[in-house]
Amino acid sequence: MSATCLLNNTPDADIVAEFEPRIIGFLCNWCSYAGADKAGSSQTPYPPNVSIIKVMCTGRIDPQFVMKAFNEGADGVIVLACHPGDCHYKEGNLRAAQRHAMLIRVLEQMGIEGKRCRFDYVSAGEGEKYVQVITEMVATVKQLGKLSLID
Amino acid sequence: MPEKPKLAIYWAASCGGCEIAVVNLHEKILDVDAAFEFMFCPCLLDTKKKDIEALPDKSIAITLFNGAIRTAENEEMARLLRKKSQLLIALGSCACEGCILGLANLHSKQEIFKAVYLDNPTIDNPAGTIPSPASEVPEGTLTIPAFYDKVKTLGQVTAVDYFIPGCPPESHQIWNVVEAVVSGAQLPPAGSVLGAGCLSVCDECERVKEDKKIARFYRNFEITPEPRKCLLEQGLLCMGIATRDGCGAPCPQANMPCTGCYGPPEGITDQGARMIAALGSILDIGDCKGKSEEEIAARVEALLDSVPDYAGTFYKYSLPGSIIGGRVKR
Ligand code: SF4
Ligand code: SF4
Ligand code: FES
Repeated sequence: MSATCLLNNTPDADIVAEFEPRIIGFLCNWCSYAGADKAGSSQTPYPPNVSIIKVMCTGRIDPQFVMKAFNEGADGVIVLACHPGDCHYKEGNLRAAQRHAMLIRVLEQMGIEGKRCRFDYVSAGEGEKYVQVITEMVATVKQLGKLSLID
Repeated sequence: MPEKPKLAIYWAASCGGCEIAVVNLHEKILDVDAAFEFMFCPCLLDTKKKDIEALPDKSIAITLFNGAIRTAENEEMARLLRKKSQLLIALGSCACEGCILGLANLHSKQEIFKAVYLDNPTIDNPAGTIPSPASEVPEGTLTIPAFYDKVKTLGQVTAVDYFIPGCPPESHQIWNVVEAVVSGAQLPPAGSVLGAGCLSVCDECERVKEDKKIARFYRNFEITPEPRKCLLEQGLLCMGIATRDGCGAPCPQANMPCTGCYGPPEGITDQGARMIAALGSILDIGDCKGKSEEEIAARVEALLDSVPDYAGTFYKYSLPGSIIGGRVKR
């Protein structure tokens, strides 16, 4: 996916526009992963920068996963959950929302902009919302630029 | 009498508390002395670096190395002692995880120098001098060890055989390790943690644990905790749930929340992330039925607002050893 976008580089293009971020997406199997499928099957184009990791519920996402993603080169991380009330494990999504809010505070203190880590809700039927959220996320991270860690 | 095996205790960037913990072995220190030739410890003995350099490689049986790696000198000594020792053991949180001074990794070297040498209200430095590895003076060039951009753990600069966590490690745990080595007991594989458990401080804590549902946080000065109930359940940010056991849980027993000095539990790399994961499971944002996504987010934020410094609280002892390790360059 990301290999093809590197071909778009033109020497005199603005640096921000050239940069193609690498984003890791943790998607719940029951909702947003199916939402991504829906976007795909309806052939709606969206930026190819997100590498998806399917999880059984966003409540399974250990904050270590997110930190590891940043540490190993991700410029952004996106977590997509079932809407409140729709989580298959009752409240895994709310647990994830709480962890996300704390994680953002810690990441900000570490100099990683909160916007690099987004939490949102996308249902299985919301192919369009999926496309919108991914498009926004890629634009946001493009604007923030590459994330470089200490040494 | 055959020669006794050599024992060294070295401090790098540290406070001296680990040496105190060793001295707190009390009369058992005589047993240490009987078993070892205690030959290098800048805090207590007058052996010099050149004496260590003169030793054949691997001639020190055990070096207990406390302190983090803040300067080039710390790293040089770590490498020298690695070369001269059969066992290099990281003693204490600074060597294992970076500890309190590792919190400096939330700031750049420039910010630290500015705060310490320029803005500090008790310093008089009209020339704005800040330390530099080499300074020219009329007599020639003066050199001091370079101050690194970030604090590193011992394991980040050289191979470490074992880790004894704690700030400082409990004396009885240091004794357990010394005793195991002296008795020739089979030690666990290299890289293991010694003198601690494999669970969390909660497993050693005698406070009564019930269903955890935290509706709000309290800072330590805000409440007097009930004497027997789990402190976390009372809203105090007790790190015991994200901290390795082995200390015997003295802090919660004394009405103080655990601040996490034994580092992350077995199998966990990032103590702060562990604490976030744990709190995410037990924070109670109340009934979310019928609430919009924005309302839910706002309630979470309101609950979290009462704690001013998450990184400082969750990584008080473990920032350099954590996944991200500190503030990233920008
Ligand atoms: S959270 Fe703290 S007070 Fe509660 S059981 Fe664990 S160590 Fe004890
Ligand atoms: S209770 Fe926590 S802070 Fe206290 S000694 Fe044990 S690990 Fe350290
Ligand atoms: S099942 Fe989708 S977030 Fe829990």
